[in-house]
Amino acid sequence: MSEQSTQSKNSKMVIKLLVIVVGMFGFGFALVPLYDVLCDALGINGKTSNTAALYESVEIDESRLVTVDFITRTNTGMPWEFRAETRQVKVHPGQLNQVDFYVKNTAVTDIVGQAVPSVSPGPAALYMNKTECFCFEQQKLHAGEEMLMPMKFYVDPQLPENITYFTVQYTLYNVTATADVVAMN
Amino acid sequence: MTTATDSTHIDDHHDDDHHDHHIPPGIKRWLYTTNHKDIGTLYLWFAFIMFLTGGAMAMVIRAELFQPGLQIVDPNFFNQMTTVHGLIMVFGAVMPAFTGLANWLVPMMIGAPDMALPRMNNWSFWILPFAFAILLASLFMEGGGPAFGWTFYAPLSTTYSNDGTALFVFAVHIMGASSIMGAINVIVTIFNMRAPGMTWMKMPLFVWTWLITAFLLIAVMPVLAGAVTMVLTDKFFGTSFFDAAGGGDPVMFQHIFWFFGHPEVYIMILPAFGIISAIVPTFARKRLFGYASMVYATASIALLSFIVWAHHMFTTGMPVAAELFFMFATMLISVPTGVKVFNWVATMWRGSMTFEVPMLFAIAFIVLFTIGGLSGLMLAIVPVDFQYHDTYFVVAHFHYVLVTGAIFSIMAAVYYWLPKWTGKMFHIGLAKWHFWCSLVSVNVLFFPMHFVGLAGMPRRIPDYALQFADFNKWISIGGFAFGLSQLIFLALLIKACKKQGEPVSDQVWEGAEGLEWEIPSPAPYHSFETPPVVK
Amino acid sequence: MLTALMTAPVFAETSDKIEQYQLNMTRGVTDISAGVYDMHMLMFIICVVIGAGVFIAMFISMYFHRKSRGAKPANFHESVKVEIAWTVIPFIILIFMAVPAMNLLIDMEDASEPDVSILVTGSQWKWHYKYMDNDVEYYSKMATQAEQISGKLPKNNNYLLEVDRPLVIPTGQKVRFLITSDDVIHSWWVPDFGFKQDANPGFINDAWTKVNEPGVYRGQCAELCGKDHGFMPIVVIAKEPAEYDKWISEQQAIQEQAKAEEQRLLAMNMTMDEAMDMGEKIYNANCAACHMPNGEGLPGVFPALKGSQIAIADQPKHIDILLNGVTGTAMQAYAKQLTMSEIAAVVTYERNAWGNDTGDLVQAKDINSAINGQ
Repeated sequence: MSEQSTQSKNSKMVIKLLVIVVGMFGFGFALVPLYDVLCDALGINGKTSNTAALYESVEIDESRLVTVDFITRTNTGMPWEFRAETRQVKVHPGQLNQVDFYVKNTAVTDIVGQAVPSVSPGPAALYMNKTECFCFEQQKLHAGEEMLMPMKFYVDPQLPENITYFTVQYTLYNVTATADVVAMN
Repeated sequence: MTTATDSTHIDDHHDDDHHDHHIPPGIKRWLYTTNHKDIGTLYLWFAFIMFLTGGAMAMVIRAELFQPGLQIVDPNFFNQMTTVHGLIMVFGAVMPAFTGLANWLVPMMIGAPDMALPRMNNWSFWILPFAFAILLASLFMEGGGPAFGWTFYAPLSTTYSNDGTALFVFAVHIMGASSIMGAINVIVTIFNMRAPGMTWMKMPLFVWTWLITAFLLIAVMPVLAGAVTMVLTDKFFGTSFFDAAGGGDPVMFQHIFWFFGHPEVYIMILPAFGIISAIVPTFARKRLFGYASMVYATASIALLSFIVWAHHMFTTGMPVAAELFFMFATMLISVPTGVKVFNWVATMWRGSMTFEVPMLFAIAFIVLFTIGGLSGLMLAIVPVDFQYHDTYFVVAHFHYVLVTGAIFSIMAAVYYWLPKWTGKMFHIGLAKWHFWCSLVSVNVLFFPMHFVGLAGMPRRIPDYALQFADFNKWISIGGFAFGLSQLIFLALLIKACKKQGEPVSDQVWEGAEGLEWEIPSPAPYHSFETPPVVK
Repeated sequence: MLTALMTAPVFAETSDKIEQYQLNMTRGVTDISAGVYDMHMLMFIICVVIGAGVFIAMFISMYFHRKSRGAKPANFHESVKVEIAWTVIPFIILIFMAVPAMNLLIDMEDASEPDVSILVTGSQWKWHYKYMDNDVEYYSKMATQAEQISGKLPKNNNYLLEVDRPLVIPTGQKVRFLITSDDVIHSWWVPDFGFKQDANPGFINDAWTKVNEPGVYRGQCAELCGKDHGFMPIVVIAKEPAEYDKWISEQQAIQEQAKAEEQRLLAMNMTMDEAMDMGEKIYNANCAACHMPNGEGLPGVFPALKGSQIAIADQPKHIDILLNGVTGTAMQAYAKQLTMSEIAAVVTYERNAWGNDTGDLVQAKDINSAINGQ
C-alpha cells in the first residue's frame, strides 16, 4: 500500500459517505410529500384530498345508506361563527349532495380563514369525494360579513361495506397573519 | 516512533501527528491531538461527565417525585429536566461513550496504527462540548431550556415553545454533525485500515457491530437534522410542515422523528452487543458460540429497525392495516435479538467460568437486557400498547435496555479494557462495590416502574395521584442510591488515571483473545506501526 | 355563581379507598378492556416463561461450569441446527402472540353507528366535552385545590384525579368519542376503558366504549402537553340509561337557563368591589396557571399581565384576546368557557390588580357588544 493510494481511497470513501449523508438529509424532507402521498393512498389521519373531484358517470348504489356527520370548530384566535346548516345527512353512495356552511366574521377587522377537513374513521376519507369545497382555498370575510359556503360531495360506491357511518370535521383557522405569503405560492 | 521507520505503513499518515515525535505538554496535547487513544479518552471522560450531569437532573426529577405534591421545582422546570436529562443521556453520554470505545478499540482490534481520518476525529470530538454548552446554557436563559420532551413533538416544540428552541435546534445540529463525522471515520477505518489477513468474517464482533452502527448513524442522523430544521423553520420562518392551518400535519413530525428515533435505539445497543460478545467468551474461556449468526443477527436487526418506527405511534390514530404491519415487524425484531441472547448463553454453557468485574457487568447485562427486551415485546402488541403507551411501563422498559443495557455494557467495557489502557489493574474492591451497589439500586429504581406504569401512572408528570406514592418513594430511593453508586466509579477512574494499581500482563485476562491483547500493556501511543499478521 | 349552579349537581366525591401497591393492569369495565387485560396476561406469562428458561440455563452454567469447580471448557462454538431451532421456535411463539392480538385489534375497530357521540377536545390543560346529539357542552377542569398540591392542605383520596364537571355516559350503550385538540397534542385515557387515543390539533380520531357497570372512572392526559400536563385529569361517570337521559335533559335545561341568566345579567351593572371579587376567583381558576397568581407570568414562556400595555391601555384588544384567544399561542378563547359577566369581571380584575390601577370597570354589556362586533 502506498501513501497515495490509501489517502485517495480514504477520500473517495469519505465522499461517497458524505453523498449518503446529504441524500438522507434530503430524504428527511422528501418524507413530507411522501407522507402526503401515503395519506392519500391509505387514508392516514382522515385527510381528504385538497383538490376537487370530478363527478362523472358515477353509479348510485341505492341498496345502502351511509350517514355522514358534520362537525364545525373554530380554533383559538378565530372570532368567526361557523356551523353546518345540515348537521347530518344520509346518502346513497354515488349520489351527489350539497351541504351549506354558515360563517360570520364577528370581529371588527377583516379576517382570512382556512378550513381544514378531517374524516373519522380515517379510511372513510378515501371515499369522501368533494367536487366543490370552501376548504380548497382561503376565505376572506370583512368585519361583520356573513356568508353561506357550499360543499358538494359524493361518497364513492367503493366504500367498504362495514363503514356505514362517518364524521367530517372542519376546523377554521385564522390565517390572516400569513395569508399574503400563502396567496403568493 | 522513530524506531518504526522501518515500516512502510507509517508513511500512510505522513502529515498527521505521526512525525511529531513527542507528545505536546498540557492542554495542547488534548486540544490538538489526532491520536485515536487520546481522542477515545476525551470522548469517554466527556461521556462520563455528561452521565453525571444528566444523572444530576434525574436526581432532581426523582426528588420531586419522592412524594405527591409539588415540593422542589415548578412543573415548567420539571419538564425541562426530563427533556434535557433525555437529550444528555442519549446524545451526551451513551453515544459519545460508544464513540470513545470505538476510537480506543477499533484500530487496535483490526491491527491499524490509528483511525483513518485523525483530523476529522479531532473535530468530531471538539465540537461536542460546544453543543452541550449551548444546550445547558439555554436552561439559564429567560424562558428556560427545552421543555417538550427529548422527542420534541410538534406543535409543542414549534408554536407553543419558547424562543430558546433555536438554541436546542442548533445544539442538536452540532451533535448530529459530530456523530456523522465519527461514524464516517469508523467506516473508513474499518474498510481501509484492516491488517493483512483481517478478513470480514475474522473481525471481532465489536468491530462488526460498530460498523453496522456507523451505517445506521449516517443514515438517520441527517433525518434528525432535517426534523429539527423543520421545527426551526416552522417556529421562526413561517413554514407549516407540522401546522394543520397551513396544510401540515403534526403527526407527520412523529413519523419523521421516529424514522430517526428507532434506528437510534439500535445505535445505542448494537455496540453493546459487540462488547458483551467480547467479554463473555473471555471469562467462559470458550469461543463465542455462533459468530456468523451473530453478524447476521446484527445486520438484520439494523435493517428491521427502519421499518418499525411507527410502533411508537400506535395511539396517534393509524389505520388498522398499518398498525398490524408495524406490530408484526416489531415482533420480528425479537427473533434476531433472541438469537444473540441464546448465543451468549450457549457460549457460557460448558465453559470454564470465572466472575471478574467485567463478567459481572456482562452477566447483569444479559439478564436485565432480556427483561427490557421482553417488556419491549409486550409493548409491540398494539391493543395492549393502547394501555402501556406513555406510562411508566414504557419508562421502565427503555431504562432497562438503556441503563442496564447500554450503560452496563459501557461499564463492562471500561472494566474489561481499562487495564490494557493504563497498564495497571483497577482497584478491584471498589469495582465490586460499584457493581453490587449499582445492580441492587438500579433494580430498586427501575423495577417498580413496571408496576406504577401498569397501575396507570403516565410518564412526564411532576406530581401524581396518591395510589402511586409508595412505589414512587422506593423508585426515588433506588435512584439516589444508583446516583451515589456512580461516585464509586468516579473514584475508581481517578485512581486508574493516576496509574495506581498492580501492573498487568499483555494479555491481562486469562482467556482474552484478539489483537488488542497482543500489544503491550499499557497500549503504546501508536498501536501497530507494523501491521500484524492475522492468521 | 352560575358556575356553582352548574357544577353542584354533578360534582362527585367518591370515597373509595386508595389501593396502594397495585401491581398489575386494571381489568377495566368494558369487554374490550377485559380482552386487553387477558392479552396482557398472556403476553406476560409467555415472556416470563421465556425469560425463566434463559435465566435458568444461564444460572445452571454459572453454577456447574465454573472454573472453581474445575470445569474444563468444551470446544463447540457452532451449530447450524441449533441456530435454526432458536430462530424458528421463537418465530412460532410469535405467531401464537400475533393472532389473538390481531383479532382483539380488529374487535376494537368497530365502525357501526353509536348510540351517543361525544366530541372531546383537549386544550392546555382542560378537556371540553360536547354531546353531538344534545347541544350540551362544557369544559372539564381539574378540581384539586392548589393548596393540596403545595401541601398547605391535606391531600384527599382522589388527589389530582377529580374534576369540576365529569363526563357522563350511559351504561350498556355504544359511546363514540371523537377526539381532537385546540392547541398541542393531548391523549385521552381512562384505563378502565382499555384504550388511549391522541388528540391531534386539526384532526379527529375516534374511539368507542361500552361500559357495563355504572360507576366513576378516572384517567389522565397521557401525552406531554406543556407545563400542566400532569394536572389534566379525566373523570367519567357511567349511569344507567334512564338516569343518563334524565341527566342530559337536566343539563339542557341548565344550559338554557344559563343563557337566559346571561341575558338578564347584561342589563345589570357590577360595582367595582363585586367585579374585583368575582374577577379574582375566575382569574385564579383559569388564568393563574400561566400568568401566575401575581400576574407576572413566566418570563420567556407566558407574558406578564402586570404592567402590560394591553392590560393598562388597550382595552378593546384586552377584551378581544380574552374572547378569541391568540392564534399560535397558548392563550385560548374564553368566549365559550366563561359567561359575559365573568369575562367582564376578569378583565376588570386584570386592569386593576397588581398595581395596574387603571380604574376601568368593564361590564357584561361591553363584552356583549364586543362579541357582536360593535
